[in-house]
Amino acid sequence: MNDFSQAFLKAIQLIIQLDPDLIEIVALSLQVSLTAVFIAGLIGLPLGAALALYRFFGRGLLVALLNTFMGLPPVVVGLVVYLILSRSGPLGALGLLFTPTAMVIAQVFLVTPIIAALTRQTVMDANDEFHAQLRALGAKSPNMMNTLLWETRYSLVTNVFAGFGRAIAEVGAVLIVGGNINHNTRVMTTSIALETSKGNIELALALGVILITLSLIVTSAVMSARHAAHKMYT
Amino acid sequence: MLSASPLPLKIQQLSVSRQGKQLLDNVNAMIDSAGITIILGPNGAGKSLLLHIAHGLEEPDRGSLLWNQHTPKPQEPWRAFVFQKPVFLQRSVQSNLEYVLSLHKVPKTRQSLLIQQALQHTGLMQLSGQSARTLSGGEQQRLNVARAWVLEPKVMLLDEPTAELDPSGVATIEMLIRKIAQQNTKIIMTTHSLDQARRLAHDILFLHRGKLIEHTPAKVYFSQPKTSLAADFLAGKLLDTH
Repeated sequence: MNDFSQAFLKAIQLIIQLDPDLIEIVALSLQVSLTAVFIAGLIGLPLGAALALYRFFGRGLLVALLNTFMGLPPVVVGLVVYLILSRSGPLGALGLLFTPTAMVIAQVFLVTPIIAALTRQTVMDANDEFHAQLRALGAKSPNMMNTLLWETRYSLVTNVFAGFGRAIAEVGAVLIVGGNINHNTRVMTTSIALETSKGNIELALALGVILITLSLIVTSAVMSARHAAHKMYT
Repeated sequence: MLSASPLPLKIQQLSVSRQGKQLLDNVNAMIDSAGITIILGPNGAGKSLLLHIAHGLEEPDRGSLLWNQHTPKPQEPWRAFVFQKPVFLQRSVQSNLEYVLSLHKVPKTRQSLLIQQALQHTGLMQLSGQSARTLSGGEQQRLNVARAWVLEPKVMLLDEPTAELDPSGVATIEMLIRKIAQQNTKIIMTTHSLDQARRLAHDILFLHRGKLIEHTPAKVYFSQPKTSLAADFLAGKLLDTH
């Protein structure tokens, strides 16, 4: 228990001091994960909605893949992206390995399936509820899709933040493709791994506390926004 | 698009079977008069299915159903459909009406006028800003009718519109239906309630097990049913046929 209370003190100390290294690490974590989630949202939301509403060849396979990819081990994704971006890989010439961009790419692979699969479920449920009624009112396919996405917007935002939760918390992929380089690709999770291995349990725990607090802030912000919106129009 | 009258509604040799069950069996009918036509029959008679086909929501296996020689499609604004259980968007009463008008590309300037009318007719003026999903059951069904009425359709199809309502809710909806019929909108509705059919119907299509047993003026149906099945139904002897 002593470790934990000391870690809390240390965490508070670090935050109050506005330790520049800490701020850099936290900022990069947020930057990488938010960028990845934004891109994953751009791909995952329409993909999920299309899988829910349209029948096309290969749809079943895509759904199965998506559900499998939801649980992909981050290290494996990291390894694959590493191979693609490494000097001898197909995109090696871009020189992206061990940059924040590489970390974003890896996280996009991790987060897109989550957003797409959750979106598919959300839109499918809404479609079950609304389809007959909207059709009888005269809605055609494009109207229908727009309406369903708009009606489920709060759930969709929650889905996107489920993806953010995965991105900000994972260590395997960013460690492999980022390399945990100080002042360059070091983020919260890779720092925690590093400090733990160096025996700086206190600092590692302090970073852990900050990470959890950040997640908590983001999650409760989303939840309260959703709640407020829900109260307006149930 | 239909420019003239939607009538006559001509149903010829209409048959539907699903999973080996004959749901509609060679139905032939011609509806040519304005006013309120009631499709009457016990549960499972095929009433709702017939109404769905009339709105283009389902297609028959064989035969045809034509509005003035025209096969219905759901997106035609001259015809509106009212479900027993409405689903509303998570928006205000007014926005739910706007939604339908926008679907049919009614100009914004005309929208407000039509919405005012529909709200006034259905007594929902005070509730226009309220979330549709927080309305009471009776209010929701009034909004359901308003949503169908707002396009000023020539035909309104209602599927058991009062089945879930309390007596005062039933009375309100029936009054609305009469009012709509008086404004020259053709009403076709299903019900399993004899009392309701007695109160509203000008003519009656009596269905049983997917077959049309009789199509007669309401007066004739209730005073001297032509068939023994209809007589049994009137006497309360014809029960569920699931």
